[in-house]
Amino acid sequence: MSATGGAQAAAAAAESAPVDATSTRRGSGLGREPTALSDFVARFDHKVIPYVLIAPFFLLFTVFGLYPLIYNGVVSFQNWTSFQNKGGSASFSHYSRVFSDGAFWHALGNTFGIFLLSTVPQLLLALVLASLLNRRLRAQNFFRVGILLPYVTPIVASTLIFAQVFGRDHGLLNSIIGNFGVHTTTPTGTFSGIDWRNTPASSWTAIATMVNWKWIGYNALLYLSAMQSIPKDVYEAAALDGAGAWKQLWKITVPMIRPMVLFTVVLSTIGGLQLFAEPMLFEPNPVAATGGSHGQWQTVAQLIYNMGWKQGELSYAAAMSWIMFFIIVILAGFNAFITNRLGGGKR
Amino acid sequence: MTQSVVEESKSAAQHAAAAAASVPPLKRAKAAYLGRSPQDTPASPWNYVFLVVAILASAFPIYWMFVISSGTDQTLAHVPPDVIPKSLANIQHNVQMVLGLTTEQVTGASSGRTYTAADFTNAFVNSVLVTTIVTAGMLFFCSLAGFAFAKLRFKGRDPLMVIVLLTLTIPSQLGVVALYIVMVRLGWTEQLVAVIVPALVSAFGVFYMRQFIQDSVPDELVESARVDGASTFRVYWNLVLPIIRPALGVLGLLTAVGTWNEFQWALIVLGQGPHPTIGVALSRLASGSYVKYRIVIAGSLLATLPLILLLFVAGKQIVKGIMEGALKA
Repeated sequence: MSATGGAQAAAAAAESAPVDATSTRRGSGLGREPTALSDFVARFDHKVIPYVLIAPFFLLFTVFGLYPLIYNGVVSFQNWTSFQNKGGSASFSHYSRVFSDGAFWHALGNTFGIFLLSTVPQLLLALVLASLLNRRLRAQNFFRVGILLPYVTPIVASTLIFAQVFGRDHGLLNSIIGNFGVHTTTPTGTFSGIDWRNTPASSWTAIATMVNWKWIGYNALLYLSAMQSIPKDVYEAAALDGAGAWKQLWKITVPMIRPMVLFTVVLSTIGGLQLFAEPMLFEPNPVAATGGSHGQWQTVAQLIYNMGWKQGELSYAAAMSWIMFFIIVILAGFNAFITNRLGGGKR
Repeated sequence: MTQSVVEESKSAAQHAAAAAASVPPLKRAKAAYLGRSPQDTPASPWNYVFLVVAILASAFPIYWMFVISSGTDQTLAHVPPDVIPKSLANIQHNVQMVLGLTTEQVTGASSGRTYTAADFTNAFVNSVLVTTIVTAGMLFFCSLAGFAFAKLRFKGRDPLMVIVLLTLTIPSQLGVVALYIVMVRLGWTEQLVAVIVPALVSAFGVFYMRQFIQDSVPDELVESARVDGASTFRVYWNLVLPIIRPALGVLGLLTAVGTWNEFQWALIVLGQGPHPTIGVALSRLASGSYVKYRIVIAGSLLATLPLILLLFVAGKQIVKGIMEGALKA
């Protein structure tokens, strides 16, 4: 609090100018006597300027962050089509339509499927990777920086190259698993491997692979930073109890970084349920935004985009967004709770 | 967060002391050896093997971009696929195609597609512009606000800071429909300003700057500058900014990476308009019929290279930013 002590002292000085000139270095420092004007300037500087400094954040956040989130609710009760408000109240009609819309439930199922396939392996592998990094290492920075390659690669670029790797006819992966005798026969012929885009399970796996690839290294660094703040003597106690390296990881390290695990679970829940770029660009024709020939990997975020901007039903898209918002908030809370319980937490 | 770690460590330390008292010296010495914290234990050869595998897996898709963009239609149809880059000349050709600097002989209907519509060169310039402005704005606004929250006293400071922290948790992407309508009203759709202005500030940025300024700028320094009659802004500009340069670097790098890679909002608001960012241009390249993947992937490679360069030059700072940022949150 003494941080602001200086500001306060100076402010007080400005308010009582006569005392100020003799009691502090203020007047002498500049070699000039305080005047009514400098008094006003100083007071302005201390009373108003702080608000000016924080104003850009609050202004921009209110206009482009908070307001849209609330206004999104308003739009969902109106009738916006093709970017125009057609007027009248829609009441809850968009919401009831969402609940009876097969496409929404289908997309929600896909989103959860991809979410599970990407979040669980992602966080487990990140943990293992972090513990591999949490050693006395040569070339420590090389490894830490190297695992960030996926994080800096533009999501569009990485998805396009994965779309190639998972290609049916000339994809690298199919050629590899073809060598192990995996072939698919269709009425038009036989090919190596499987048609990754054809079924929900295979397309989810492909998309989840991209998500896992992108975020394992990043999460590993988050875990590593938490691991390095664990006091060292804790491990000595465990060694007395006869715990080996693997046991140490699960019995000491993981419980002690539980807050960070919670943090990453919440983060990846929020991110995983809003998956957009991967399903979009996995498609042979990305602008279509259909998520496969029969929507087998269409996510909710993609469906919202399709409804709002391809079909011009903005109000309906807004209603879906709000429903998704609540699902995410509830699920993030639920996941945090479960993770905490699994970790033996009390709170 | 760190609080609870510390508490737990205390109880663990007590446990350690109690255990140590009842154990014979030899066993204790062995335990002390085994019980070295992981970060003091030298990595085993297997440890290195696994790490190298992780690095290879991280780098592989980028390597594969080289392979695909170095091919021709014929070589890419090979079964099994070629796994080493074909020729530098092919990369050059494919890159020129994506930039619209050269054309290919038309043979049959499938070659009739041009790639100029994606406007890739323009998109690259746009992305550089957007990333530069957003990063500069983010650093300026967030450090200003962070300074105010860390070192100035004003009414409502603490509640306002709590609001900033709360906004950290709001997934504001879910307001895109309404945000788009706001942009329509402002007449900003299909304009770069629509992707720039909303990205100029972030709650994380303010929070990160506040923490750093609190820890690294001594109160006495601010105080004595104030006593000497320096205005608040002068204190910020001449005193605070030079001290927080490392934090500016970290926040700037994270912001630049995030901005360069942003896709969803750019696609929505820039759409089919005349000013795509690089992500939007790539999605256009990959859309439509008769897509030549060697050209699309050459574009992906172009979009990725600046960031690999950035990682190469400033990787240590990016790592530091992620690790520190996480601990503070």
